[in-house]
Amino acid sequence: MAAVTTSAERSLNKLAIVGVLIVTIIFLAPIYWIASTAFKPRNLATTIPPTVVFQPEISPFVKLFTKRSQLRTAPTPEQYAAAPWWERLVFDGGEKVVRSGRGEVQWSGYPSRFMNSLIVAITSTILAVGMGTFTAYGFSRFKIKGEQDLLFFILSTRMLPPVVVAIPMFLMYRVVGLNDTHWGLIILYTAFNLSFSVWLMKGFMDEIPKEYEEAALVDGYTRMEAFFKIVLPEAATGIAATAVFCFITAWNEYAFALIMTNRRAQTAPPFIPSQVGSGLPDWTVIAAGTFLFLLPVAIFTFLLRNHLLRGMSFGAIRK
Amino acid sequence: MTQIELRGVQKFFGAVQVIKDLNLKIDDNEFIVLLGQSGCGKTTTLRAIAGLETIDGGDVLIDGKPVQHLKAADRDIAMVFQSFSLYPHMSVYENIAFPLRAMRKSKSEIDGEVRSVAKVLQINDLLGRKPSALSGGDMQRVAIGRALVRRPKAMLMDEPIGALDAKLREEMRAEIKRLHIKQGSTTIYVTHDQIEAMSLADRIVIMHEGVLQQVGSPSEVYKHPANLFVAQFVGSPVMNVANAAVTMNGSGARVTVDGAAEGFLFPAELVGQLDAASAGQDRLALGIRPEGVMVSREPADGYLPVEAHIIEPLGSYDIVDLRVGTQMLRARTRSGFVGKPGVQVFARLDPAQAHFFDTASGNSLGVRL
Repeated sequence: MAAVTTSAERSLNKLAIVGVLIVTIIFLAPIYWIASTAFKPRNLATTIPPTVVFQPEISPFVKLFTKRSQLRTAPTPEQYAAAPWWERLVFDGGEKVVRSGRGEVQWSGYPSRFMNSLIVAITSTILAVGMGTFTAYGFSRFKIKGEQDLLFFILSTRMLPPVVVAIPMFLMYRVVGLNDTHWGLIILYTAFNLSFSVWLMKGFMDEIPKEYEEAALVDGYTRMEAFFKIVLPEAATGIAATAVFCFITAWNEYAFALIMTNRRAQTAPPFIPSQVGSGLPDWTVIAAGTFLFLLPVAIFTFLLRNHLLRGMSFGAIRK
Repeated sequence: MTQIELRGVQKFFGAVQVIKDLNLKIDDNEFIVLLGQSGCGKTTTLRAIAGLETIDGGDVLIDGKPVQHLKAADRDIAMVFQSFSLYPHMSVYENIAFPLRAMRKSKSEIDGEVRSVAKVLQINDLLGRKPSALSGGDMQRVAIGRALVRRPKAMLMDEPIGALDAKLREEMRAEIKRLHIKQGSTTIYVTHDQIEAMSLADRIVIMHEGVLQQVGSPSEVYKHPANLFVAQFVGSPVMNVANAAVTMNGSGARVTVDGAAEGFLFPAELVGQLDAASAGQDRLALGIRPEGVMVSREPADGYLPVEAHIIEPLGSYDIVDLRVGTQMLRARTRSGFVGKPGVQVFARLDPAQAHFFDTASGNSLGVRL
């Protein structure tokens, strides 16, 4: 490294920073778009040119979470007075809508779809990462006959587009009654993520020196105890990275969710666009649904960010 | 009180036999060093005793009981690894406490024992640190502490100071010796460094290609190597070995190194001893350490004229390569004793330090003059 930074290097650095900024803006622009639309009044959502400065409101979220139907006229003052505060927020936007049903609050389909997404993505991530970690440990530490072939076979499950098997899967699921069930999607996503999880974890396991476990074995622990007390903490970084990837895959999956579920176990991805079709599309509601849908992955990744940056557990062994 | 015994131990890695019929008895409190080149089977032997490696034949006995079927955890043996293998996610304290937790000891008991071991090893100040914040020597102390804390039946050490730099290695060598004397436990120590072996061991076990070559105290192994391998492996600088012929000449024997015009003078009983060992004249090798080659600047009785070839000044002494016939004999002299390469000096061999080997089998002929 040069001890003195030349002016050419400095301007190159500035150029690099500008480049990074441009790329960041390109990547963040759609997210900003969704987030801003989610807080816009309905009449400002589709203006040309786009409205940048506006009074944010949460009526899109109210509409997202409750069921209502379109009216021909604006609500009467009595109707307005009778409505709860959050309902008035919707009326304030000048919308001619009212709650459907006879007065009682009715949830829309979104909260349950969102819950389904959480249940399916979390459970399948735990299963895929758990099984993947054990499998990878086995492959990494023991001599297994045909190890390379088995690993290749595991990888080969990812070699065709998953949608290719959608129809046979659908028929099989119908026979065993897994259609439109949480477990159906969980099994599907687990199977889909498992090969990825095994391969990723194998790489991480190979990097953990086996002397750690051997030290634990002579220190008086069984292999299982050594695995849980030594290997797992050491593999935390790898497990976190693998979990983030598995979670994102399961969370964002659209095609199978669309085919395999329709109501009870439907996840958010197929639900959100289905709202576009009913009546005049209210883009603010769709943006609100999408915005909320983005949050769990963002939070999950944020929580695990330290583990995703490698290097925490390395350096305590002399090579 | 721990005795360890290996009886006819065999170990294969695939088709390669890495331990060949190994028999060894280790007494209580003994410090045994397994010495050999890398790949000679010494580490595998250690791991077999620890239970980290299964054996394909023979018995491993601890206190007379066969343990080859027991898991590592059930053998009550501690091990220090070359890489130290400190658990990176645990503090020094937790690392040392880890073996005690396996024994399900109470918190206060664990605390007391961890602190007393830390005191012995002078690492009290480091207990709160993570291994990654330690120096090499301290990592090593912690690794030893983790092994000692349980008061195991035996300590196994696999090149524990091999990863340290030269100065620290010397310090730790002394510390390990001090600890062994103070704590006294049966210890098996693996190294490829013969200086480490000589300085630490009660007995050295020399292995080569999976076969035990010699077992003996450091001085025994140094003074009476059982074969050519041991002779050339132990000792620095390396022992001179040259094919030689022995003839009777008047009152004494003459040992003529290959290609030399004249032979070195030896006592007459050499011939008798060689005959007793039924040594063949055509497969005789002379072995002599550099300190057994006497050099004189003036001609003297029994000294032969030789040419100094290369001089290696090593500070406290010089190593001088002397051309004798077609062979080179390395001699150890006072520093600066031989002025410059190419001069003629005179050399004699000390019969008491000479070894004779059968070149066919490599074995020592057991000549002692």
